[in-house]
Amino acid sequence: MAFALSEERDRELRQLLERYPTKAAACIPLLHLCQDQAGYIGDEVIEFVAHRLDLPPAHVKGVVTFYSLFNQHPVGKHQVWVCRTLPCALRGAEDVIKQCEKKLGIHIGETTANGKVTLRTAECLASCGTAPMMQVDKEYFENLTHDRVDEILSRLMESKR
Amino acid sequence: MIRRTDFLTKNYGVPNGWSLSVYEKTGGYEAAKKALAMTREAVVDEAKKANLRGRGGAGFPMGVKWSFMRPHPTKPAYLVINADEGEPGTHKDRTLMELNPHSVVEGCIIGCYGIGAHVAYIYVRDELHLSKARLWGAIDEARAKGYLGKTPFGKDYPVEIYVHTGAGAYICGEETALLNSLEGKRGEPRLKPPFPAQAGAFGCPTTVNNLETIAAVPTIFTIGGEEFSKYSSLHYLNDGGVRLFGINGHVKKPGVHELAVGVTIRELVEDIGGGVLGGRRILGVIPGGSSTPILRADEKVNAPDEKSPLHPWHGKSVLDVPLGVDTMRGIGTMLGTCCVTVLAEGTCPVLAMHNLMQFYRHESCGQCTPCREGGAWLLGTVEKILDGHGTMADLNTLTDVANNIMGNTICAFGEGTAMPALGFIGKFRKDFVAYINGERKRSDARLTIS
Repeated sequence: MAFALSEERDRELRQLLERYPTKAAACIPLLHLCQDQAGYIGDEVIEFVAHRLDLPPAHVKGVVTFYSLFNQHPVGKHQVWVCRTLPCALRGAEDVIKQCEKKLGIHIGETTANGKVTLRTAECLASCGTAPMMQVDKEYFENLTHDRVDEILSRLMESKR
Repeated sequence: MIRRTDFLTKNYGVPNGWSLSVYEKTGGYEAAKKALAMTREAVVDEAKKANLRGRGGAGFPMGVKWSFMRPHPTKPAYLVINADEGEPGTHKDRTLMELNPHSVVEGCIIGCYGIGAHVAYIYVRDELHLSKARLWGAIDEARAKGYLGKTPFGKDYPVEIYVHTGAGAYICGEETALLNSLEGKRGEPRLKPPFPAQAGAFGCPTTVNNLETIAAVPTIFTIGGEEFSKYSSLHYLNDGGVRLFGINGHVKKPGVHELAVGVTIRELVEDIGGGVLGGRRILGVIPGGSSTPILRADEKVNAPDEKSPLHPWHGKSVLDVPLGVDTMRGIGTMLGTCCVTVLAEGTCPVLAMHNLMQFYRHESCGQCTPCREGGAWLLGTVEKILDGHGTMADLNTLTDVANNIMGNTICAFGEGTAMPALGFIGKFRKDFVAYINGERKRSDARLTIS
């Protein structure tokens, strides 16, 4: 089925297009808008973006595959990213990763069976002074402790959304 | 020498410190008014006097960069702000966006005027959702007051500022990769020349400044360029002003602090960072992000020549050299982003290098063979050594691969991978050899200290 943006997001797209001298420049922000709606960037989204911005679908596909934050396949409702890079690793990131895997019962890169949470590691998220840290959807959780991680994940698993 | 200042950070911790009303209570937007009443040339001259070395890592003087911009007969000019903060160990720009976004907006107004641009794009990595929201909030507040738009402060010089987002790619912090990303393309760096000042965003003359650099601009126009520069004890080396210093890793009190340029690593670790965790000794320090080669605590400065800028510290520990662009270069590393990562004694340097090589392997854009393939070789070879299957020939392979990346890539990411690798291999050779000889096992290696 062809993809279309919701009315509100379509309004956002029109605002986006006013900011740049070229349509193509809206490519990454538009892909974010689409992913917010669809959860991932499938072929029909690529077709849609290419059509709206007068770009070859291959160009859009090239962009999607370049950037880590674009999901090329369906993912869980919530995204958990644990920073694994050195400054966080010096302060216990590995323990956080192991705790998340155990608590969620999945490995890095996997989604829980109920489709609720996808767990991934991230490269440096610019929170080295408040390490270890993780990002859950759009929120940062810093200075993590064992109890805090437990609490964050429990709340996430029990959430209605 | 530690000299605390609060030009950029005075509203950190103040309730609603990021709002226009708080910003204006302490003189906010007076600098922009002042600058817009000056000629464009005078603005660039004042910026030059500040000796502000770019805060993104390369340390290029901001005022000089601005002076490269020439009006083009047909093309517009752009100001692009690099807020793709993601160099491991770097956590300073984020605090400005979240806690002092109006300094960024005001800096952009002055910057646009100085370089002849009417539009500024602030490129923020997508993960920083609070930063983006605070920047948009500041832009909206400034526009509502008439500080942005067709006639900022009543002057017929239109300025618009937009926040643009990335999508998770460290390489987009490289200025030409960032420009490609802004244009809606894969974030692959461009060959230089042409430099952005000739053909940058959308093929037009462009200045790319780091976020902290632009946030410091209002301070320069409030107190004067030369006064700003003189805060630094390295003013005489044209390394001026105040800046944000980050401290992270194995210290008791990690964080971000505004200090005059000239503080030493030891002062930062002991006095600002509260010392090393567990009262341990320092194994090594990465001075400004993971691309800057590590310094060992027992390294001494070797600068017998009296003309060398390092001579005053000849024979002293490298930890007692002030953190400056040229001083760090003089001791074989780089100042980078001025956020220091501390590794305590007991940390395994081989495992630390392995962690960083995973990062570089993941983040290489893949355009240039030496970087794309070399990064994988570096990671694979360290992995082999860690797992106890390495030989002395592998140690030479690491050095060879790193040396073959250096200078053979389109952008500096190649050096950013090779230099720290060579640093670890050269300075902690014994640790690598211990794995090769079977004296040490991966299962005993630690990055954390208890």
